[in-house]
Amino acid sequence: MGIKTKDLLGLKNISKEEIELILNTAESMEEIIYRDVKKLPTLRGKSVVSLFYEPSTRTRSSFELAGKYLGADTMNMGVSSSSVKKGETLIDTGRTLDAMGIDMVVIRHPAAGAPKLLGENIKARVINAGDGYHEHPTQALLDMYTMRKKFGELQGLTVAIIGDILHSRVVRSNIWGLTKMGAEVIVCGPPTLLPADIAATGVRVVTCFKDALRDADVIMMLRIQLERQQKGLFPSKREYAKMYGLNKETLSLAKKDAMVMHPGPINRGVEISPEVYESVQSVIDEQVTAGVAVRMALLYLMMGSDFEDEKATS
Amino acid sequence: MKRLLLKNALIIDSVRHREFKGDILIENCKIKKVAEEIEINDREETRTIDLEGKVVTPGMIDMHVHLREPGEENKETIATGTKAAAYGGFTAVACMPNTYPAADNEATIELIKRRAEEAGNCRVLPVGCLTKERQGEIMAEYGFLKDAGVVALSDDGNGVMNSEVMRHCMEYATLYDLPVLSHCEDENLAEGGQIHEGYYSTILGLQGIPAAAEEIMIARDIALAELTGARLHICHISTKGGVELVRRAKEKGLKVTAEAAPHHFSLSDQETASYNTATKVNPPLRSEEHIQAVIAGLKDGTIDVIASDHAPHSREEKEVEYPFAPFGISGVETCLAVSLHYLYHTGKLSLRQLVEKFTTGPASVLGINIAGIEEGSLAHLTVFDPELVKEVNLKNWHSLGQNTPYAGKNLKGWPVMTIVGGKITAESLT
Repeated sequence: MGIKTKDLLGLKNISKEEIELILNTAESMEEIIYRDVKKLPTLRGKSVVSLFYEPSTRTRSSFELAGKYLGADTMNMGVSSSSVKKGETLIDTGRTLDAMGIDMVVIRHPAAGAPKLLGENIKARVINAGDGYHEHPTQALLDMYTMRKKFGELQGLTVAIIGDILHSRVVRSNIWGLTKMGAEVIVCGPPTLLPADIAATGVRVVTCFKDALRDADVIMMLRIQLERQQKGLFPSKREYAKMYGLNKETLSLAKKDAMVMHPGPINRGVEISPEVYESVQSVIDEQVTAGVAVRMALLYLMMGSDFEDEKATS
Repeated sequence: MKRLLLKNALIIDSVRHREFKGDILIENCKIKKVAEEIEINDREETRTIDLEGKVVTPGMIDMHVHLREPGEENKETIATGTKAAAYGGFTAVACMPNTYPAADNEATIELIKRRAEEAGNCRVLPVGCLTKERQGEIMAEYGFLKDAGVVALSDDGNGVMNSEVMRHCMEYATLYDLPVLSHCEDENLAEGGQIHEGYYSTILGLQGIPAAAEEIMIARDIALAELTGARLHICHISTKGGVELVRRAKEKGLKVTAEAAPHHFSLSDQETASYNTATKVNPPLRSEEHIQAVIAGLKDGTIDVIASDHAPHSREEKEVEYPFAPFGISGVETCLAVSLHYLYHTGKLSLRQLVEKFTTGPASVLGINIAGIEEGSLAHLTVFDPELVKEVNLKNWHSLGQNTPYAGKNLKGWPVMTIVGGKITAESLT
């Protein structure tokens, strides 16, 4: 059994069983990361290209390391130095990669839907590493992996996601994944940063930070981009930090063993204080390790077996 | 053939308000005779067409198309766009002035008219710019434009954001009794938006365009119509609130009219979930409640006209990431078919009502005379088969713009013949 679809575009359309399979596989992958010699021959002869149209540190290096640990050949296609700069379309870039015999493309793109467009036009399998405000499935998988590791299961957990819900692809993937696994999701932020009809996805929507913290087993803080302030979505960094910043005082309102997460990179002192970041409740560094394990699992599951449907679905 | 004899047709003459079964004889561009039955002696000189089961109406007008010429001939030309219009059942189209150069001067209007005449597919009624270069700042020369032959004024594609400029444009337009066709969109509120703001914009991660962006400008323009006495026509109305505003303006007796595009009463924003850029259009495909409001507006007469907002684009422009694709649906060829399928066959509009939205409706908005189906009038006629089921097939497509969200869909009710000045300009009778 593997991943049924050709491409992994998001968590909206994959099944609970597939999520479980990925998380279970990631458990055995994590063990490899701690080995002295981190190199398996499993994916020897397979090639993975990362095609990043947006800057990224952890996601890109995490995918590359995951591929290398499993013996695949990984290549990073720097978009700024490639033909993309010369005006090549995404579809044509994909056709070029196909013609080179690539097995998989990991794509990050500022436009929602770009990985789907690529996947529909190439033979290589595609993993979405973040598209616009749409989805970031591997981030949500590593978040769920980290939660499951601590709590044993996701069923029954209450996960509060705080901050810029409107512009977050991490939130959307976590909503689909977590609700499928039986967790309750609370999204919290100022009304200007909550997207229309978000409640229709099955989450609880609150604007008061304290209300969101009260029942949470997991507190996931999102990065606040300061350009949102320039767009008039909140008045100042100072007021944001006061209303929605997680510090020792606000953390004390939550359950004693509540877990603190952040997809990174962090604005220290804005959405999260350094003390909380470094506290025992924080699993932000563990999330990074989980990221490698989950991506190893995905590469293994998607390249080690054939997919069932020939067509990509979103 | 000197003469054309159309037999056994259901004639819906929306101009003369009558409906009957009969024959029409056409000779020398004109309707020679209309009767229950016409017998011809010299069959040699006459082409006789049996139109049993088909409907003949006064020539239909699509009062909102983008023909792209001059300037964007990779998307469409006047020749291809008017051919597509003829195959869509239209004997006339009103073309929007967002060309390059913009149609804010007599020379561009003359060029459009000449190219249209050379093509000979259907009549072209040019719309002139409301402001110079469609910048929303300086009024265009309406007097010269009117002399050159424009039927209306518009900056379509954009609205005029400055209310003072709009006020003066509307005031000045009354001097020439030209209708102002308004593209109602608050550009600040809609900026960066890709699809209707709602559940789908949220889950797809595409920036939303709230219904309020349209409603605000409709409300403003109605207020200005009241202030200035201008003839205001709301283009491509797509929102529940917008329809309600027009309804109230009409009740008040203001000179306000409106049009709806077929995609706004047939497709919801759910279609955008495919990220198919053929669904990217402005105003965007809305949610179900807005669709129902547009249909209700068509039904009760709040919306006078159905027009395609035909906006062809080239493949290379549309085969890109959703946010990078231009807005627009190539719709003139499916406009009547979609309307028959989604309005007539669902029982929302009678055939008579539907025909009015394409004939007397646009004619009265534009203030042009159209002939009824009677002896002596020019033979501009549309023939459609209300029961014909056919797939929208891009292989039999006439527009250069293949950007249609209806591709592959089966529609019931299609135009089968278009007659302009006695000449058949499109025919797909089987």
